[in-house]
Amino acid sequence: MSFPWANEYKPNHPFMQWMDEKLPIPRLVYNAVGAGYPVPRNLNYFWNFGFLALICLTIQIVTGIVMAMHYAANTAVAFDTIEQTVRDVNWGWAMRYAHANGASAFFVVIYIHIFRGLYYGSYKAPREMVWLLGVVIFLLMMATAFMGYVLPWGQMSFWGAKVITGLFGAIPFVGEPLQQWLLGGFAPDNAALNRFFSLHYLLPFVIVGVVVLHIWALHIPGSSNPTGVEVKSESDTVPFYPYFIAKDGWAVGAFALLFSIAVFYFPNALGHPDNYIPANPMSTPAHIVPEWYFWPFYAILRAFTQDFFIIPAKLMGVLAMFGAILVWFFLPWLDRSPVRSSNYRPAYKKFFWFGLIPTMAVLFYCGGAPAEEPYVMLSQLAALYYFAHFLIVLPVVSAIEKPLPLPYSITESVLGHDEGSHLRPAHGATEAVHPETAPGHTA
Amino acid sequence: MARILSILVGLFFTVALAWSFGLGFYTWATEPAAETAEHEFHRHPKEVHFASDGAFGKFDKQQLQRGFQVYKEVCSACHSLSHVAFRDLEQLGYSEGQVKAIAAGFQVPGTDQTTGEANSRPGMPTDYFPKPFANDIAARAANNNAVPPDLSLMTKARHDGPAYVYSLLTGYQAQPAELLKKFPDAKTPSGLHYNPYFANLNLAMAPPLTGEGQVEYGAGNPRPTVDQMAKDVSAFLIWTAEPKLEKRKQTGLAVCLFLLFATVLGYMSYRNIWAGKKH
Repeated sequence: MSFPWANEYKPNHPFMQWMDEKLPIPRLVYNAVGAGYPVPRNLNYFWNFGFLALICLTIQIVTGIVMAMHYAANTAVAFDTIEQTVRDVNWGWAMRYAHANGASAFFVVIYIHIFRGLYYGSYKAPREMVWLLGVVIFLLMMATAFMGYVLPWGQMSFWGAKVITGLFGAIPFVGEPLQQWLLGGFAPDNAALNRFFSLHYLLPFVIVGVVVLHIWALHIPGSSNPTGVEVKSESDTVPFYPYFIAKDGWAVGAFALLFSIAVFYFPNALGHPDNYIPANPMSTPAHIVPEWYFWPFYAILRAFTQDFFIIPAKLMGVLAMFGAILVWFFLPWLDRSPVRSSNYRPAYKKFFWFGLIPTMAVLFYCGGAPAEEPYVMLSQLAALYYFAHFLIVLPVVSAIEKPLPLPYSITESVLGHDEGSHLRPAHGATEAVHPETAPGHTA
Repeated sequence: MARILSILVGLFFTVALAWSFGLGFYTWATEPAAETAEHEFHRHPKEVHFASDGAFGKFDKQQLQRGFQVYKEVCSACHSLSHVAFRDLEQLGYSEGQVKAIAAGFQVPGTDQTTGEANSRPGMPTDYFPKPFANDIAARAANNNAVPPDLSLMTKARHDGPAYVYSLLTGYQAQPAELLKKFPDAKTPSGLHYNPYFANLNLAMAPPLTGEGQVEYGAGNPRPTVDQMAKDVSAFLIWTAEPKLEKRKQTGLAVCLFLLFATVLGYMSYRNIWAGKKH
């Protein structure tokens, strides 16, 4: 679907007309990322990160396929094949560093993308499905990144795999057989490495599939925007091409520049030195830590140091770690506020900036720190707020908060006036997620 | 209903965390964690600079050759360098003939061409540096139960690697009296050697660089003091861990300049396209 004023694809060249009749791919592109997709004119730079995420996924797939050409998933040689790629394959070092840092870049971009969705209420109706698919993508990314980190078969690869697969052992009754089945053995070894490689190659293409669904679902209601007020008229939007292609284009340039500085000048800054030591099941590293993008969830896992009634501490940690992400699936229904953007939610905005953001900062920091005091206590307090924020604060605040008045339209918020604004409903604030005004119903 | 359910789940996790926090806090407040000698006496690597540092850093080939000489004459007795082939040494400025001669100076595992039995033969440029021990058990037996680690990636396998290697090589000292006074049980066991730059302070490796002139540098080189040899071998190990370092930095400069130009152009076209469109 699209807005009624969206430009229509009109092929001029006979070949394009012929193509449009047989397989209208140009039309699809035109309507998805071309002049046929009207986008709110007031998007800020946070709205560039979806496009950047797509760039990251592409970088990972391209560099990953090249890496796979030189890699052997066998514990005896895996570590050496990576070193050989770096040393003896033309531009192998660039591929390797781009792939390793590309994972980090992907997560930086995705975390900002998720933050955008949380702050501006992008998860709310009518975009619940976009959000749900996004959480699925995030989970797939975590699985892919985790298995990818195991492939070099360094010390952190091995011990990270051991700790994370060990989590399944915490599940009552079926835990231990399940863990052995997943690993194909009692500990991570050749069977595990080989299947991790297989899945690490598979999952990115599953991600591509879910990304297609994510973008498809997005194009039904159209993009959200910083005011959270739905698009009402043509003056609220600009066509994606050329406006947002130009904006995304220069954002991609800036991103590529920062990414290149990391790849060419600080390629190992985000990696752990221990992963340059070949895996040794007989020697445990002093501190086993996952890659930085798992730190908040690792901190939550380790925050549960005491058994809770009949539930062992380890199982609590596992439940909480998965729960911390699963809770995102329920956000569209936990947050009942009719207003999307936190800019118009004075109370929730405070909880967001002074609660959730510092909490995430503490969890990030503590997840990478050794399991000692005061880091454990800090992560316990932060994890406590994390769950309280989504499961208690958000539903309660959204029920009792009095939001600020919303602008009548995107046009009004940008220009200060809108000729249609005499149609303003009496209670502007409650209009935002009103289903009748969602464009899906007008077209 | 959804709200009540969510608050109940929220309480489940927050109460469990509060319980963990409470007991943890009580333990922390009543039983302060014991101080350890490692915690108090372990030192971060010294500050040291190399020609290859920085965005425009390049290897000092003369220094890498000296470092290679230190590796060959001292370190290689116990430490392997398994990711480096003799042919790679041409990058240090050796000629093809010199590399052949260096390779021939090492015995590598081979096969007798008439009987098929395992033997050894002089190395060739395509060979990798041979391992000093047949296996880990032999390495342990010869080294006070410690396996000397492979050095190819050493400067990337430790925090602040090059400085770490340099500090470790120059950091051997007598155990401080203060340490023994405070932690009488932490006396360095016999056969180990005190070194504050090593994570647990006591290291199986005896000081490998013992005095000036242990390695003879040719004319035109600095005096082979312990400090100089340690620096040189650290520089050499930067190269073994990252032989493509120069190319990486040079490529990076070209890539970043190009991207800067492209980004500025992109920004200008963005401004141009959006001109007159308030947003």
